[in-house]
Amino acid sequence: MARFTAIVTVTLKKDILDPAGEATAHTLQQLGYPVAGVRLGRHVALTMDAADEGAALRLSRQMADALLANPIMETYQVQVESLCELE
Amino acid sequence: MRIGVVTFPGSNCDQDTLDALDTLGVDTLRLWYRDADLAGADAVVLPGGFSYGDYLRSGALAAKSPIMTAIQEAVVDRQLPLLGICNGFQILTEAGLLPGGLRANHHGQFRCDWQRVKVIEASPLFPGLEAGEVLKLPIAHGEGSYYMDEESLQSLFAHGEAWLQYVDADGQAQSWANPNGSVANLAGVARGSVAALMPHPERAMMDILGSDDGHRLLTAWLCGLERRALYARG
Repeated sequence: MARFTAIVTVTLKKDILDPAGEATAHTLQQLGYPVAGVRLGRHVALTMDAADEGAALRLSRQMADALLANPIMETYQVQVESLCELE
Repeated sequence: MRIGVVTFPGSNCDQDTLDALDTLGVDTLRLWYRDADLAGADAVVLPGGFSYGDYLRSGALAAKSPIMTAIQEAVVDRQLPLLGICNGFQILTEAGLLPGGLRANHHGQFRCDWQRVKVIEASPLFPGLEAGEVLKLPIAHGEGSYYMDEESLQSLFAHGEAWLQYVDADGQAQSWANPNGSVANLAGVARGSVAALMPHPERAMMDILGSDDGHRLLTAWLCGLERRALYARG
């Protein structure tokens, strides 16, 4: 077994309006920044023990499908990193 | 007949809903989100509020609580009649008991107002509420923008599951009558024994307080439950 962190990044699907992102973009524009658009997402860092990187990835995707993302309006990406080998 | 009203951590319309049902003379019982069974409830209401503080997504965490497992089983096994109000609607879509999803209002504001909704199609779950009938009900939500893709939306209408629509004073589903950016102005949907709406019928029980159309809606639901019980008894 080894310990992994998996970063699950959940974002609204491309064609879905993001009111919080729009409000943020508007404020950035008010501050004078030349930003054309903002999309907000959710950054979820999972720490877990798994046999290998592939298992950690599968487990993370299961958690994303089961709870972290809503497949009707959101998509997600997973990035797994190994932390250390466990004794 | 007994109707269970579930309290989740952060529900705040549970007592109002119990009071409204008491007014209609039906037996009620409180259900707790950690309960593993429905204590003999013949029908269940998921009330409004902010379960789990709307953490993660509105309704997402409540949808995985123990009582929801029991509710899901009862819906599948015995077509448990289930009514979701506001946060209850959000919980039902997150639980997969109703299609679609609810996201932040398109204008980014919380909306607390009187709203007219029209019955798109008469539902056997609400005998007496006819197609085209307009109800005046209060809304109070920040994440009530109903969403589903175009194909699912067509299927929803084709199967008579599109139930309530936000309308203007003339009963027309115009864009300016849409308080939150919901697709097709949808305010409520129904599938099988499950129905839900964003407006709060339990807050419209007396004409003197603005409207008694909630009284009508809940009465129709209870009438549907009684008919169903009679039919089951043969």
